Amino acid sequence: MIQTTNYVETVDSVMIYIVAISVFLLLGITAVMIYFVFKYNRKKGHKPVDIHGSVALETIWIVIPTILVLSMFYFGYQGFKEGKYIPEDALRLSGVGRMWEWEFKYDGFSTKELYVPVNKPILLELESADVNHALWIPALRVKTDVIAGKLNYLVFTANEVGEYEIACAEYCGLNHSQMYSKVIAMEESEYENWLKKKTSQKEPVQVEKNNMKSDSTEVQL
Amino acid sequence: MANGNSAAITAKSFYEEGTTKAATGIRSWIFSTDHKRIGILYLISIAAFFFVGLIVGILMRLELIAPGQTIVDAQTYNQLFTLHGVIMIFLFIIPGIPAVFGNFFLPIQLGAQDVAFPRLNLLSWWVYIIGATLALISIVLPGGPMDTGWTFYIPYAVRTGTNVSLAIFAAFILGFSSMLTGLNFVTTVHRMRAPGMGWFKMPLFIWSTYATAWIQIIATPVVAITILLVIIERYFGVGIFDPALGGDPILYQHLFWIYSHPAVYIMILPAMGVVSEIIPTFSRRTIFGYKAVAMSSLAIAFVGYLVWAHHMFTSGMSETAQWIFSLLTYLVALPSGVKVFNWVATMYKGSIDPKPPFLWVMAFIFLFSIGGLTGLVLGSLATDIHLHDTYFVVAHFHYTMFGGTGTIFFAALFYWFPKMFGRMYNIKLASLSAGLFFIAFNTLYFPKFIMGYIGMPRRYFDYLPEFASLQVVSTIGSWLMLITVVLIFGNLIYSAFKGKRASMNPWGGVTLEWHISTPPPLHNFHEIPTVKHEPYDFSQLKELEHDS
Repeated sequence: MIQTTNYVETVDSVMIYIVAISVFLLLGITAVMIYFVFKYNRKKGHKPVDIHGSVALETIWIVIPTILVLSMFYFGYQGFKEGKYIPEDALRLSGVGRMWEWEFKYDGFSTKELYVPVNKPILLELESADVNHALWIPALRVKTDVIAGKLNYLVFTANEVGEYEIACAEYCGLNHSQMYSKVIAMEESEYENWLKKKTSQKEPVQVEKNNMKSDSTEVQL
Repeated sequence: MANGNSAAITAKSFYEEGTTKAATGIRSWIFSTDHKRIGILYLISIAAFFFVGLIVGILMRLELIAPGQTIVDAQTYNQLFTLHGVIMIFLFIIPGIPAVFGNFFLPIQLGAQDVAFPRLNLLSWWVYIIGATLALISIVLPGGPMDTGWTFYIPYAVRTGTNVSLAIFAAFILGFSSMLTGLNFVTTVHRMRAPGMGWFKMPLFIWSTYATAWIQIIATPVVAITILLVIIERYFGVGIFDPALGGDPILYQHLFWIYSHPAVYIMILPAMGVVSEIIPTFSRRTIFGYKAVAMSSLAIAFVGYLVWAHHMFTSGMSETAQWIFSLLTYLVALPSGVKVFNWVATMYKGSIDPKPPFLWVMAFIFLFSIGGLTGLVLGSLATDIHLHDTYFVVAHFHYTMFGGTGTIFFAALFYWFPKMFGRMYNIKLASLSAGLFFIAFNTLYFPKFIMGYIGMPRRYFDYLPEFASLQVVSTIGSWLMLITVVLIFGNLIYSAFKGKRASMNPWGGVTLEWHISTPPPLHNFHEIPTVKHEPYDFSQLKELEHDS
């Protein structure tokens, strides 16, 4: 599978597809209802007619919605698979969520923001140090719960240089609403420079302090 | 079918004649085994809790009118949204329609003198009150109100210092009230139908309450056990759900939603039943597709068991589990669609009189359709991953729960109020409040769909400046909602004492509650009726009018 499509567009197109059908159904139902209320208003003195039902109509409004919802399911599932697909050249990073900040780990140091090269698929493995969190990048339409003792992952590609908000989406206590961070997407060369600079700057002592093994399932309280 | 009941007009009503030794006073109510008095007890207690939950909601919206701290601090806000959720879900929406209107009207619509187990029924109300009292005590005890959200997710719920154990124990107790009521209704429907009332002659409110009762019986024990496990974990440090103790937090989510997803059908199914009563009455014609509507209730109850993990698409489940739960979620949408289409078709060639109950139902159809259709967005994996735990979800469930069940709670009140209280409310004010409700509701909740899609997570005390204007709109909506609710209850409470006397059948309904005097006598029927007609056969209306 070649990642030619942009995942954001995929999610948005699924959204538009479902919302378009929904708006059509909503307006249709509402319009028919309001029309009936005027047309068959008691003031007009119509004699009501008892119609007990119609097998044909019942069939229609089971079969057509079934087709519609199956198509919604299909597009949603296809989009989801695209989002979960891990390209072979993905850059593997890891992070930890804790009350109430994010920590992202690089070789030998860690940061509070997530620095990534632009146009490069990122595989971000996440774990919690305490309670449940969820890492959400709204602009990129990706999210995963971050759970203690369980390694969850996120795949995304930042297609433009710049900053993207990271929010915690799973309620985690007092400062849940302050648990914001950023994805900072840089040109590849700039990223390499940043990486070099950071690696040479950091004292080994500090490195150990901040460095939690990414495959550890230990819970740090 | 109404034979022998003309005499009822002069008979004493259930207000004048009770089941207790004490003829009057509070004892004649709180110890009464009369299903109608119990229904009214539930109405008073549930409406009171609804009002408390509403005020808490208004405070939350006020806090969110501007970014940063406005009226309360973060900890208090977290406790407020937990309280709002717990009160609205466990004390209002879940018991709401079945406990109030099910109690009052299920036996009457079946042609029975009471439910199968009247004392158990009284016990259910007491259990409800005990559970509610425990929940209130957990607010004032040291430690403070719980701050976990109504979902009590582990590990947070094990670690917070607030009064989680007592609050969830209250939910445990409330569960018994729900189970016992369910048991009572299932038995009543099976054993106490009047002669001639075959299964397919039952009013649709009975069908939906019956389907609900089964969910109450089967699903509620799961949450009861889960709550006990959480309490054991908190007190004895046994690792069940908390990973620090060797437990599995995902297991908790599964167990919680195995109950709590079917519980949303406990909330909505009885409301759907009320809609199926109101539309034929005000269209004065039979329901379109009786069997389809009846069977769709059972289908919803059944498929509703199989979709719980759609609350967990971001939890890191296997891909197989994800697509299966997504697919099943879409299937549960179908019977709901069948109901909506049949309701609108019931208006076709009717003789429609848009009195307040009908206007409330129209508001319901619009709001609930939005709720249901946005559920399709959330059932889809690609979009749910983005929208899970955001304001979009908050908007979606308020459209289904409040726009759906809440709206119909009011519709049911306006529909059955004259029968329950023997007096009529101000019709114009009731119609006005339906319109105002519609405006208030959309102002309050629609902006949340947009905020959610552009990045506003739920359960946030503070937010980024880009959400400020939509938050203000939503808060203004909350004030309109408060005004509307005051108008509704002002109208009804005033009319319960001072309203004009209502006739036996003010709307021209034909189900059995409209065959008996207003308010009903203690034993409902002086002579158990023999049912000859279909539930919505309006040809009996002439006979009925002749009788009265």
